[in-house]
Parts: sequence; structure tokens; C-alpha cells
Amino acid sequence: MRALCWEGVNKLSVEQVPEPEIRNDQDVLVRLLLSTTCGSDLHIIGGYIPAMRPGDVIGHEFVGEVVETGSGVRRHRVGDRVVVCSFIGCGRCWYCRNDMWSLCDNTNTNPGIGQALFGYETAGIFGYSHAMGGIRGSHAEYVRVPFADYGAFPVPEGVDDLSALFASDAVPTGWMGADLGGVRPGDVVAVWGCGAVGQMAARASVIKGAERVICIDRHTERLAMAETYTGAETIDYTSTDVAAELRTRTGGRGPDVCIEAVGMEAHSNGPGYLYDQAKHQLRLQTDRPTAVRQAIHACRKGGTVFVLGVFAGAVDKFPLGMVVNKGLTLRGAQMHGQRYIPMLLERIAAGEISTAHLATHTMSLDRAAKGYDMFKHKRDGCVRAVFHP
Amino acid sequence: MNHLARTALVLAGAGAGAAALHGAATARRRARENGRRWLVVTIDRAPTDVMPHGGPPHPLDEFGDALEITVRPAPGDRGTELAARLREPAPPASASPPSRLAGKDPRQEVRRALREAKSLLEAGEVMLPDAPPTGRGDTAGGRAVGLASKRAGGEGVL
Repeated sequence: MRALCWEGVNKLSVEQVPEPEIRNDQDVLVRLLLSTTCGSDLHIIGGYIPAMRPGDVIGHEFVGEVVETGSGVRRHRVGDRVVVCSFIGCGRCWYCRNDMWSLCDNTNTNPGIGQALFGYETAGIFGYSHAMGGIRGSHAEYVRVPFADYGAFPVPEGVDDLSALFASDAVPTGWMGADLGGVRPGDVVAVWGCGAVGQMAARASVIKGAERVICIDRHTERLAMAETYTGAETIDYTSTDVAAELRTRTGGRGPDVCIEAVGMEAHSNGPGYLYDQAKHQLRLQTDRPTAVRQAIHACRKGGTVFVLGVFAGAVDKFPLGMVVNKGLTLRGAQMHGQRYIPMLLERIAAGEISTAHLATHTMSLDRAAKGYDMFKHKRDGCVRAVFHP
Repeated sequence: MNHLARTALVLAGAGAGAAALHGAATARRRARENGRRWLVVTIDRAPTDVMPHGGPPHPLDEFGDALEITVRPAPGDRGTELAARLREPAPPASASPPSRLAGKDPRQEVRRALREAKSLLEAGEVMLPDAPPTGRGDTAGGRAVGLASKRAGGEGVL
């Protein structure tokens, strides 16, 4: 079958690879209908996330059709149309039972690598390096889904493939930022980054009753999308002093909740960006925490900063003094999708959450390398490139 | 070189030597301690599920008398802490990086068995990697990641 493979730093190509097989009784095999790029993929493509091998299939956000089930599968049948959570959870360890699915104890097949990097390993994730299990990704014709009874969800009637696709990762990730960030009615929420995850975090904040939601980015088309589809206000950081503008819009208090949806390759227009970029390129720090610093600086006293963006390792000039002296709550997590996906599919079906607009470019899997190039450089207003096999 | 400088050099040399000896002694002591350290997992099941007939769960049962096993309830209703260690401590040299990379540290098999027992008891199966793999070892990085993956099931912080 065809699959998009990582062949080295900034090298992707569509290759012929063997079809996946059922390996465990609780697996299903899924024929891909759609699979999409994610900003976090850029970190592995660029070599910032270690533990990739040439030939690894990438991709983790997808919708498909069940074509084979293992003998232990109870909730799915051949022919089911399913959206699959990007993180794999066994459903029965302490973390899964407590709705912290991305921390599952039993789905990372390479726990020693994850423990060397983070102290304790994460759950397994599709197509996201051998540190996170080395599991084949979804930019392919078929993918094996372990523990499918817990990670694959039927797509409701009336929800098309494109709308369901983003319930695999972007929508639950954004929702989690608002939920675990503790957004409450009346709050003012600031969201750094207007990609798919940032937009979904903004929409979740609006639905949860935030009185004002303010999105920050530099791409005018993404800012326009955030205004149109999420109900948020926006700030273009290339033409506005973000910290001053946030103070003005919040009566001098600062936002109650700040959600960072940018990640380890952040941009900004200040001298700090040049500093971070230089240290990053020289491998003197593994991540550029520009947006995290801004969020911590801007957040009101006693407020919450939630880091949704993907970070891999160590950062420099982290303002710990601001966290302590302002009494901030600082949280972060990878996505506990199984906790939210059924509820989010209902909201998508009811029209409360729009997602299809995120798919700005749809193309054949054969053009996936080109799609990632467009996505990385945000050419032609690309927010997400979507591949169909 | 005057007397003061010679004295300083001698003291510095003696200090460095003492530090090196102390470091080596510390490393040997840690290796001995680690050889006797219990390797532990917490299983989200009751102790009676973890040791249903008083014996260790599979695949730890395959070690026979080579392992010491203990169980105790985990605090906060988090299940059972299952601990194992080799009755005959592994020689300290087996914990060296080359030995571990070669897969010759016997504690790697104990870690792997503890993880598999936990997964079987909690999830009903041990999740296997995809097969056939698509990743290749035709670069230095690919070979290194391949070797790390091969050992990863028996390594880590248990």
C-alpha cells in the first residue's frame, strides 16, 4: 500500500510499504477515508522530536472505515465509519480510568525511551516517533488501531467525513485547553495561535461561557477564521503590542485564562525571537517557548496558563519568578481525547462547533509531501492539508 | 616555580585524586544498591487479582525461584504494588551501558515481565508493535533508534 514516510530531516516521500496486520485481539484495521496534517508533525519532520527511523509512516489525525476486527473487539463491526483518537488508551489502567488517556500505562511499546526523555512514558500515539511507541501513522491506505473499543468512535449520521476528521485530535485538544484550564462563565480568555487547535480552544472557551475570548496570531486569514467561526476577537501581534492590548481589553487585569496553542517552533517579532531561534538552531535549547513566556507575562494575578502546544524538552529563560510571584496555575497535557470525543461529535452534529473550514487544502495522498510543504510555510492560506488515499 | 605554587599544585592534585576515588566508590556503591533494588509496578487491580493463587502472575511465574516477589496495596485505592528482584543480585558490571545495550543485564527481563504482567492484568493483552515494521536502519540514526527500541521494553525507571 502507499504511505507517507519520514525519510530524514525535512524529507518526506510516498512509498510502497507492507499493509498493517491485526497484532492483538483488541485491534481493528481501518481503511483511511481522510487524514490530516497537524502542526505537531512539523516538529518530527524538522528533526526536533528524536527517535524517528527512515521509513516511519507519519500522521495521527484521521477518519476511516473498519475493514477487519480482532477477536476481542466488542464495540465495532466491519463497515463502521469511525473517527480515531490520536492517542491510544487501553481503557483500564489507572490513568485511563481517571480520564488521563494520553498518559496510559499500557500502550507505549517503547517505555524505556519515553522514560529516558520524560521520566515516565506517555501513551502511544499514531505516527509520532519511537519515543511514543513507534506505531504506524495514518497517512496511508490502512492503519491498525489497537484497543479500538476505547479509541475508535462511530461518526454520527449526518456528520460528513471532513467535519468528523478534526474530532480525532484538533477539537479535543482545543477543548481540553479550555476545560483543564478551568474556563468559567464570565472569564476573559486569551489564546496564542490561530491554527486548528487554537481556534478550537477559542470555540470551546466561548461555549463554556467565557465573556471575551481573544486570539493572537500573525496570519490575517487565520485571524479572520477565528473571528468568523469561533466568536472570538483577535490581535495581530505584528502590528500590536500584545501585552498592552490585553491589559487595555481586560480593564488592566489581564486575562483569567491564557491558552498557548503554538508549541516548540514559535515565532514572534521581538529580539527574543532571534535569541530563541539562535539557541534552537545551535541545539542549545530544544524548544522555543516564546508564546509561553508571553502568556505567563500577560496572565492576570492568580490566573491559569495552559500549554497545549507540543514541547519536547528543555527551554531557556523560563519566567518561573512570574509564575511564583503572580500565583499562577501552570498546566499542560497531551490530548485526553477519549474523554471528550463522543461529546464533541454530538456538538459537531448539532452545529455548535464548525470544523470543515479548517481543511483549506484537500488532495490525494500521493501529493502529501507537497501538502506538508504548503502547510509548513502556510502557503496559499493553508491551515490544514487533508489527504485522501 | 615558588614554594607556594608547588604546594597549591600538590594540593590540587591530591584533591582531584580524592574526588576521583570518591566518585568511583560512589559509583560502585550505587551499582551494588541497584543490583538489590526492588523493581516495582503499580497494577490497578486488587492484590487478590494480582496473586490469585498466591503465586506471581504471568509471565513472572516463568522465573521460578530466581525471583523474590512482594505485593502490597497501593495507597489511595490505586491497586497493588507488585515488586520483584533477582534472588541472586546481578553483577554490577551488568548495569554498565555496553552490557545494557547488548541486552545482557538480567534485570531487563524482569522489567519487561513486570510490565507485561501489569498489561495482561489491566488490559487483557500486551500491545505488540506493528508488523512488519516500515522503519529502516540504513542510517546511523535509524540504527540507533532501532537498537533503543529493541531494548526499550526492558529499560527505564522501574
